[in-house]
Amino acid sequence: MTSQSPIIIIGNGIAGTTLARNIRKNSRHPILVISKESDYFFSRTALMYVYMGHLKWENLEPYEKGFWQQNNIDLLKAEVTQIKPQEKIIVLANGQHLSYSSLVLATGSTPNKFGWKGQDLEGVQGLYTKQDLEKLTANAPNIKQAVVVGGGLIGIELAEMLHSRGIRVTFLVREDSFWNKVISPHEGDMIEKHILAHGIDLKMSTNLVEIIANEKGQANAVITDQEESLPCQMVGLTAGVRPNIDFLKNSDLEMNRGILVDQHLATNLPDIYAIGDCAELRAPLPHRNAIEAVWYVGRMMGETLAQSLTGNLSPYTPGHWFNSAKFFDIEYQTYGQISPLATQKENHFCWKHPEKNCMVRLAYHPKSRLFLGINTFGIRMRHEVFDQWLNDQTSIETVMENLSQVNFDPEFYTQYEPQIIAEWQNQFV
Amino acid sequence: MAKSIRLNIVQGKNLGLLLGLAGLLLLLYSLFDESFARSTNGLISSLVLISVGTILYSERLYHGTIPGIKNNGVWLDGLSARGVLGWFVGIALTCFYIALYFYPETLGFNSEDSTGLVAFFDPLSIALNGKPATQWFVYGSLYTLAILIFGVKFILKYRHNRYQIIRTLSVMFFQLGFAFLIPELLAFFHPDTPYFAKDLKNMWPLNYYFFESWHLKNMLSGGNLGLFVLFSGLAMIFIVSPVLTYLYGKRWYCSWVCGCGALAETAGDPFRQLSSKKISVWKLERWLIHLVLVFVFITTIAVIWSFLGSNPSLSSFSRETFVIGIVVFLVTIMGVIYFFKRKEMDKDALYSMITLGCIIAGTIAIQAFSGEKNILFIKSYTLTKWYGFGIGAAFSGVLGVGFYPILGSRVWCRFGCPMAAILGLQQRLLSRFRITTNGGQCISCGNCSAYCEMGIDVRAYAQKGQNIVRSSCVGCGICSAVCPRGVLKLENGPVANRTNLPNFPLGNKL
Repeated sequence: MTSQSPIIIIGNGIAGTTLARNIRKNSRHPILVISKESDYFFSRTALMYVYMGHLKWENLEPYEKGFWQQNNIDLLKAEVTQIKPQEKIIVLANGQHLSYSSLVLATGSTPNKFGWKGQDLEGVQGLYTKQDLEKLTANAPNIKQAVVVGGGLIGIELAEMLHSRGIRVTFLVREDSFWNKVISPHEGDMIEKHILAHGIDLKMSTNLVEIIANEKGQANAVITDQEESLPCQMVGLTAGVRPNIDFLKNSDLEMNRGILVDQHLATNLPDIYAIGDCAELRAPLPHRNAIEAVWYVGRMMGETLAQSLTGNLSPYTPGHWFNSAKFFDIEYQTYGQISPLATQKENHFCWKHPEKNCMVRLAYHPKSRLFLGINTFGIRMRHEVFDQWLNDQTSIETVMENLSQVNFDPEFYTQYEPQIIAEWQNQFV
Repeated sequence: MAKSIRLNIVQGKNLGLLLGLAGLLLLLYSLFDESFARSTNGLISSLVLISVGTILYSERLYHGTIPGIKNNGVWLDGLSARGVLGWFVGIALTCFYIALYFYPETLGFNSEDSTGLVAFFDPLSIALNGKPATQWFVYGSLYTLAILIFGVKFILKYRHNRYQIIRTLSVMFFQLGFAFLIPELLAFFHPDTPYFAKDLKNMWPLNYYFFESWHLKNMLSGGNLGLFVLFSGLAMIFIVSPVLTYLYGKRWYCSWVCGCGALAETAGDPFRQLSSKKISVWKLERWLIHLVLVFVFITTIAVIWSFLGSNPSLSSFSRETFVIGIVVFLVTIMGVIYFFKRKEMDKDALYSMITLGCIIAGTIAIQAFSGEKNILFIKSYTLTKWYGFGIGAAFSGVLGVGFYPILGSRVWCRFGCPMAAILGLQQRLLSRFRITTNGGQCISCGNCSAYCEMGIDVRAYAQKGQNIVRSSCVGCGICSAVCPRGVLKLENGPVANRTNLPNFPLGNKL
């Protein structure tokens, strides 16, 4: 054997692709990226825009096809069925064996299913993969009514997608307040009203009981725990995701909900690592989750592991938390730590525009007055400034005084900072 | 009762479409019926139908929708996704431009007594400038109308975005006032002065004939107005434009003032996503735009050079002084670029230097190898005629607008406009303008790149956490508008470190 075994990366999502690109910046070691889903890396977060007609599939691919060859990154579309750590090989669905020097599992997530009756019927699906999008697109002409189950980010996206094609959507949300693991009831209320304003039939505190089939075995109604029967030709199951690790069940990898990794993103087996949605940190950082199925986390884990695999051993040390989303027309950004509800260790200040969908909520420590984090809806804010403020342990007073510095809205937009500051002074000064 | 007459959305849209098409058919009909072509009421009906139809259609299209991004179905619609309708509109527009530029008699133009579509516009032309219409008057009127009515549509579409609203009002204002009404009215009040361009914002080199001998002569013999136009034209080139481009980037012109930009941003908006984002096309763009730059400078220098020789009485300096002046001017610019960019001599700066070098060499060659009637062994008349044909007609009209539904709305601005080339060169090298990327928030979705009419792969920068500083960016602001995560912002700030490339997007402590 003259040729070196490659670093094999299973999964071509943001984690795996960022890893491959960053290894290549520092090393000429062969790299093989395997995906069973797509030929090339694409932006999963933008799947919705293809269905809505904002984008073509090609627009989802951030790199031109020649990029991979130019950078000497080999791509393979195949399903991996088994790993054999002792022999340092993996097995493909077609029986082929491939040996690796290092193996990185970046297999992402898979939609949760909670054993609902009828969850595997035709016309019932999640929205996570390229295949899900293709299925939905093929099915679209037959859908007049749809039910989306699950009040997370994918659920609201799926509702928006179906609605954009003139499909009547009923949106079942188990919680009594939208996305209440992350945002406050006040914020949730604004989002709920916005969803309703778009003409979505939003049903809060409502659970799916059963999906009923017609004589052809296709979904044609949903029964809820409010004893309602909702006719539909499509059911979207978007009750969260879990690590996509089922094919590893019989290996010696230590797994909990995800693949357990240490601070260097290494698993219990030599030369095997896990990054992105499928990785579960054995020792999560303070205030952070062990599994964070977020685009940015996948990217940062990829960046970090690339250093370790090219001779610069680096622990995974993400900076301050940040995230973003869009709820129909309402943009959301968050920086730092902010809980849905105020606690003894976390005071909150909230401002909402009397009519518009603009709202901010800031968290600070009641005694030290340290600024902890912010949710902003409908007002764009600067990541860089908040990151700096969080590094500098800035007080809430300083943050409020300098709030207009963080505004990132386009030029000529009405600036609400004076109103926000006036409200702050009104409440607390 | 009132409720029953009120149109629902679909009925309203269809009625609008119908009225607009009826107006267009009346325009077409004027080509075939001479008595109709002489009817003022016919002209009024046609223009009113087109305007009312388009505005009704747009109002119904966005009526009752919640303000926000309205791109649903863009790639599912034949008109905006290069379908049959798109090709049909493209071919129809191209035929119109070919008729306009090369066969104006098919539109009824006759230098003695026009008929058909040209005669149809006589009432409007006589009311504005006192003379019967020409094919250019017809074109100018329809062009302005298109910007106004599709401007209204654009404002309705982007009514949540004040940058877009104000910018669109600006292009509508400059088109209606500066490009259309003021020149026509000036012609009305100065009927006896020889023709020269009176659109003050239409500066050289977009106005490619500004320095041509006949135009210089007409301005110089055009009284106070002529001298005003000459000096304001020079002031635009040497003072206004460099200062504004330094402060705000080339957007002050390309997407706020310029007529070509105005049409692209309004009537062309449904086609902005059709521009190619391939790296190979970017390379082609670089080659073309630099060649255009060399060509426009050399031809302009050549026409001024021959003007100075043949009209010594009208000028206060000689050919030699002129050539020395140009060479000193261009060497100074090269020096400035070298001084500010010597530490970051990237490809763009290098290309600009090579371009300037070519122009200097060409200028010296003109002085050395040209005679009275020829420039560099080519008849000077031929040179300018080629340029007028190549740039003015074939590129900006036929390819630039005719191919909107096929190649996107800014083909001319991107590959052929010498004005955009000069402003772009400055924007890339010496301007406060940039599109800021908001830390590490990019999710690589691709909306910014897809809707960039100039074919810039905005995402390629945003996903690296890098600001976007590209010579071709016209600052339309749509990338920022369509970004679902609030990542992009057009802004002006210190020139230093505009293009810093972080090792990793913000967020990782590596």
